[in-house]
Amino acid sequence: MPSSLSLAAAVSSLIHDGDIVALEGFTHLIPFAAGHEIIRQQRRRLTLIRMTPDLLYDQMIGAGCARKLIFSWGGNPGVGSLHRFRDAVERQWPHPLEIEEHSHAAMANAYAAGAAGLPCAVFRGYRGVDLPAVNPNIRFLACPFTGEPLACVPALKPDVTVIHAQKADREGNVLLEGIVGVQKEAVLAARCALVTVEEIVDDLGPRSPNAVVLPSWVVTAIAEVPGGARPSYAHGYYSRDNSFYVTWDAIAKDRARFSAWIDEHVMNGARSPA
Amino acid sequence: MSYTATEMMTIAAARALTSRDVCFVGIGLPSAACNVARLMHAPGITLIYESGAIATRPTVLPLSIGDGELCETALTTVSVPEMFRYWLQGGRITVGFLGGAQVDRYGNLNSTVIGDYGRPKIRLPGAGGATEIAAHCARVFIIMRHHPRAFVTKLDFLTTLGHGPTGRERRQLGIRTAGPTLLVTDLCVMRPEAETNEFVVTALHPGVAREQVLQNTGWAVRFAERVEETEAPGANELEVLRELHARTARAHGTAVAAE
Repeated sequence: MPSSLSLAAAVSSLIHDGDIVALEGFTHLIPFAAGHEIIRQQRRRLTLIRMTPDLLYDQMIGAGCARKLIFSWGGNPGVGSLHRFRDAVERQWPHPLEIEEHSHAAMANAYAAGAAGLPCAVFRGYRGVDLPAVNPNIRFLACPFTGEPLACVPALKPDVTVIHAQKADREGNVLLEGIVGVQKEAVLAARCALVTVEEIVDDLGPRSPNAVVLPSWVVTAIAEVPGGARPSYAHGYYSRDNSFYVTWDAIAKDRARFSAWIDEHVMNGARSPA
Repeated sequence: MSYTATEMMTIAAARALTSRDVCFVGIGLPSAACNVARLMHAPGITLIYESGAIATRPTVLPLSIGDGELCETALTTVSVPEMFRYWLQGGRITVGFLGGAQVDRYGNLNSTVIGDYGRPKIRLPGAGGATEIAAHCARVFIIMRHHPRAFVTKLDFLTTLGHGPTGRERRQLGIRTAGPTLLVTDLCVMRPEAETNEFVVTALHPGVAREQVLQNTGWAVRFAERVEETEAPGANELEVLRELHARTARAHGTAVAAE
């Protein structure tokens, strides 16, 4: 059974400087509160993995938590650039950021391979494009049956995966609904998993027998954090704060304004470090 | 009824879609075009967003690829690995709708960097789903605003394969899908020439002169033997598009979706 901890205690005990960490969520259920706690506890030299590093990783990169980013699409969806991510790549601020860049198909397959305990993922992709020339982790092998050249990338195996979900029951079983993204694979690929939830309930309630449920024994720690995905959304609880995503563009464009925002909204936030 | 160049572009792209299409939709201009098609002449079209929503019927345009609206109005929502493995790589999508920061004459796209990859002048978002969308969809439509810095002789980075750097690589690599068959801009419609796969202008939007296309294309763009004039947007098409944008702006509480 997973430990039920405060968010500060969970981050403090599971995430260490230099760890490989995936905070997943495909637009929906992005674990913002957990990411902010990582910023508050000033974790450093993290390798961050995520298909779609959006505002949360922009904040973590700008706050100096990351040494390396493994990703496939780094933008502010529907708005434009991630200015902190760009500043790190283009001008090494606050320090250099190593990148390992893939396509979505590669990342999704690499998480699935990690969850399946395989060393690598094999898929049909990357033909005729430039990414394999700049990423030595993209290779090709011939299908042993047909000879077809197939793309190959290493499995993703985070030290810690962090996700946000709607509910957990008191035994620590976790329910995800709506756009479920790659979170199940990211949890099963990781050495340990921290799940923040909107609420801990006595019973997960009526659901399809095929609902996405993570059994308690694949989850390391659970923290109840209502609103933990804001300004992204939690299906059935609250909707996406699209206007914040638009506002973020101007905040992130300017280093001083960004730092002031982090100080005011994250460092001095309601949840203080353990 | 007067209209903007962006409205012409969106409506021209929408007209290329039919009720039989299963379309992999990107955010922004592709999303607007696909939903106008669904609300106008292609009510049976299946729209798929890479976040996992299959056969979705949003009443407003999503700001992101995974807005709740997409899931709530979808026939079903699958995981992202399933989307890329079974539905896209599995060959079940007829049209992929893409844009980018740069396109070349063979419909190859760059959405990765401007400048050198190791020391970029501008770091763009990256490939996302585009690389495999372009490889696995039966055909690809591209929608982009005309600009000499966007329509270039040589891409700074080849993120997404069109017909390849010389127009012939697709077949050489054993890729069996058609690749880009249509490029719609705010000035014109372009299609690949039969022998060379080079995109040539096949229709000019009303009031657009050839000179404008020449000035806004970085390569020496050619015109098809017969260049048609795009039919101007009809009153009903404009009404559907504008109502969609108005609903979207109200829902998002902003004017960001006003394109």
